[in-house]
Amino acid sequence: MATVEVSFTPLPAHVRTARLVATAVARRSGVAESLLDEVRLAVGEACSRAVEAHRLYCPGEPVRIALTERPGRFEVEVTDTGVAPDDRPGTRDGADSRQLQGFGLAVIAGLADRVQVSETAGGTRIMMSWPSSGGSS
Amino acid sequence: MDLKLDHHTRDGIEIVDVEGEIDVYTAPRLRELLIELVNNEYYQLVVNMEKVEFLDSTGLGVLVGGLKRVRAHDGSLDLVCTQERILKIFRITGLTKVFGIHDSVDEAIKARKSEK
Repeated sequence: MATVEVSFTPLPAHVRTARLVATAVARRSGVAESLLDEVRLAVGEACSRAVEAHRLYCPGEPVRIALTERPGRFEVEVTDTGVAPDDRPGTRDGADSRQLQGFGLAVIAGLADRVQVSETAGGTRIMMSWPSSGGSS
Repeated sequence: MDLKLDHHTRDGIEIVDVEGEIDVYTAPRLRELLIELVNNEYYQLVVNMEKVEFLDSTGLGVLVGGLKRVRAHDGSLDLVCTQERILKIFRITGLTKVFGIHDSVDEAIKARKSEK
């Protein structure tokens, strides 16, 4: 069971960094080539949400992503410590932002094989996983 | 540059050529361009996504925002996209029903002209 962890300053520019790392580790873990686009997109969505939450509520805190290779499974966990923005005032773009949040989760749910979203008082944790052929260890 | 934007007029329709990745980092530039075009009274838009390598929900939000803005002036915003991996996110979110998505700029212009 191998784990790669990335923690990055909540900058939009680093969402791409997280996508690239996640895709590379997924490929290495034996996730089918045909699923890698889904991994890229889903991880990007989860990280984008985390970055936006941090930029609003805790810009000094890093966003964390953990990539874990389990037997037959590739797991991605994205955690943020920004309090879930529901109808909080101060959301940058108002209607556009809210729409984006709705889309983001819908996209993740539509792409990942298994998804679990846990929202606590301290932040949000999104767990996504895909089948893998085990890959190298 | 992660995202390249260009635009030109053809048959009275403004074609926006997008190349690269549209994500939370680059999408604001596309948003600004669409707003600028509407402010300059270009209400018939075609966004050519054939050279787009990545599109996420932020990008979708920008396109939906653009569609709303042109519609407020009785305009239109059509898309050109044949790449399955880009169409996927439109399908998942049901936005294939919202946007006119065409196989080429020629097709998009033809479809728009025949509607008027």
